[in-house]
Amino acid sequence: MLHRLRFIPGRLVQSIPVAIGVTIIVFFMARLLPGNPALALLGQHATKASVAALSKQLGLDQPLWQQYLIFLGRLFQGNLGTSITYQMPVTQELAQAIPVTLSLLGLALLLSLVISIPLAALAAFRPGGARDLGVRGFTLLGQGMPQFWLGIMLILLLAVGVRAFPVGGYGETAGDHFYYLFLPALTLGITMCPTIIRSLRSSMINVLESEYVGTAKSKGSYGAALFRGHVLRNAAIPTVSVIGVNLGFLVGGSLVIEKVFALPGLGSMMINAIFTRDFPTIQGVTLFVAFFVVVVGILTDVVYTILDPRVDLSSKERA
Amino acid sequence: METPLLSVKSLTIGIRRPKGSDTIIVDDLSFDIQQGERFGIVGESGSGKSLTLRAIADLLPKGVKVLSGSILYNGAELVGMPTAQRRKLMGPEIAMIFQEPMTALNPVIRVGDQIAEGPRRYLGLSKKAAMELAIEMMAKTGIPDPARRARAYPHELSGGLRQRIMIAMALSCGPKLLLCDEPTTALDVTVQHQVLKVLEELCDDSGAALAFVTHDLAVVNQTCSDLAVMYAGHIIEAGRVKDVFSDPRHPYTKGLLDSAPDFDQPDRDLVPIPGFPPNLAARTAGCAFAPRCAFAVDACTVAIPPTLEVAPGHKAACIESERIFEGILA
Repeated sequence: MLHRLRFIPGRLVQSIPVAIGVTIIVFFMARLLPGNPALALLGQHATKASVAALSKQLGLDQPLWQQYLIFLGRLFQGNLGTSITYQMPVTQELAQAIPVTLSLLGLALLLSLVISIPLAALAAFRPGGARDLGVRGFTLLGQGMPQFWLGIMLILLLAVGVRAFPVGGYGETAGDHFYYLFLPALTLGITMCPTIIRSLRSSMINVLESEYVGTAKSKGSYGAALFRGHVLRNAAIPTVSVIGVNLGFLVGGSLVIEKVFALPGLGSMMINAIFTRDFPTIQGVTLFVAFFVVVVGILTDVVYTILDPRVDLSSKERA
Repeated sequence: METPLLSVKSLTIGIRRPKGSDTIIVDDLSFDIQQGERFGIVGESGSGKSLTLRAIADLLPKGVKVLSGSILYNGAELVGMPTAQRRKLMGPEIAMIFQEPMTALNPVIRVGDQIAEGPRRYLGLSKKAAMELAIEMMAKTGIPDPARRARAYPHELSGGLRQRIMIAMALSCGPKLLLCDEPTTALDVTVQHQVLKVLEELCDDSGAALAFVTHDLAVVNQTCSDLAVMYAGHIIEAGRVKDVFSDPRHPYTKGLLDSAPDFDQPDRDLVPIPGFPPNLAARTAGCAFAPRCAFAVDACTVAIPPTLEVAPGHKAACIESERIFEGILA
């Protein structure tokens, strides 16, 4: 097992050029936004002189490439700069927002698995049957629903209507957090379900028809034991990569959902920063998200390697 | 006479079509297997021999069903038995070995654990005890260094080793009936011979009866005491292996024997059977082999020939049998 995980250090080294590329794109894309942070800070009625003074103070009067090098130099010291709007280090801002978003994503993934696995099994057990058609209807519906709309509907139903959940916010204690995160996580989770269900369903159908499931039956295995012992793990292997790819998209989705549910996570932070042209914050959030996607990619390969003993990414020569 | 271990009566397997007529793949099949008997089922691809075996093991592919007839195991009816009850027989009573050891083992589970699964379920063994039994079974099948190999995954083992694993797995709960679906077809000839020997020895030790499906007459000759020859879903000849081989009474059996090489007569010319097996979806009246049979007469295409006892314990389904083979022998 361990020797098959030797690919991790190499993969980390490979992600360095990716990271540098990301910093370039992030830095210059943010500068393409019309308007300037000094103007955003001072408001519409600021004088030209005061805007120029503030720009100089923020270092915005220097050539772009110099600004980039300063940014990069600080980055290597673990300094993402100071938020222009809030006048606090971006790293500190991130430290507050990251746990919110990561718990949201984690809970969303968990919920979508809890929903998807039984539904996929239900559908795969008798393809073309009534239950399969029902599940396929659900996935179609799930794919058609916009995330923010689903979020608002869940708020209306479960928070405003039944009053089972709060409308928004994050709460104070850990228990609170879970309670407040449940609805947004459910929203995100449901939107991820169709992809997972489709992938799981088709691989389960393949696995159920495979000869080794016949072997398992010939050993007297059936029902839930057969499913746990010989179907789920084999069917999960292709789905793991699907989930890995989709977690990247899920981050994008969480930006919107956080806004809908007023969660103080990366999404809210990002959207506020864009409105105020808070360059350091935009850069910080985007860099973290890029870093997250890279890590998820590596994690996907790790899970893949653990699930499937035939996979050995370490021994493969790179072409 | 004691009750047979397995008694198949008028078994008909096919694909049920809600509209139109069902496609019959195995038609009105009957045979018995006694305790400890070695019973071979021979036929070419598509003759229904594997499906017959799979029907006994409750492993028919999707859509294919037992349409009528009965399978009695120790007097208990298997057809229509609830899945939960039937699966309880699989392992301690009936076990199965498959054709492709490459695909019949779960690729993500260590082979030792796959062997230990049955004993844990049926013999109530602890994880450790079941693994010890698995290693012991592996040793019995002639796998060198079984304790180390038990920790291997299927893809790390050769085809011969994998088939030995399958044998160890099938016999781990001491079944009384072992179903073998062309267990040596995917192996090369030397390995085939070794695997067969292991299989025979272990069945001798445990007293398990063997239902052995193959298209390889030499394998049947080596392994089995009795056989049934299948063609297009019918048993067309059955009897003791030595009787059928030395004195075939159906032109198809004769054709099979003439088309296979014989080490005792290396200079004999091989005579192929002309034509192809029939399309089961478009059955014609009469003997299914008639279109390919050199001896066919008009009467052959009128009705399915009855199975007649041509000698004590030797049956054939050919109305012209006497004329054809008395002529040859004379």
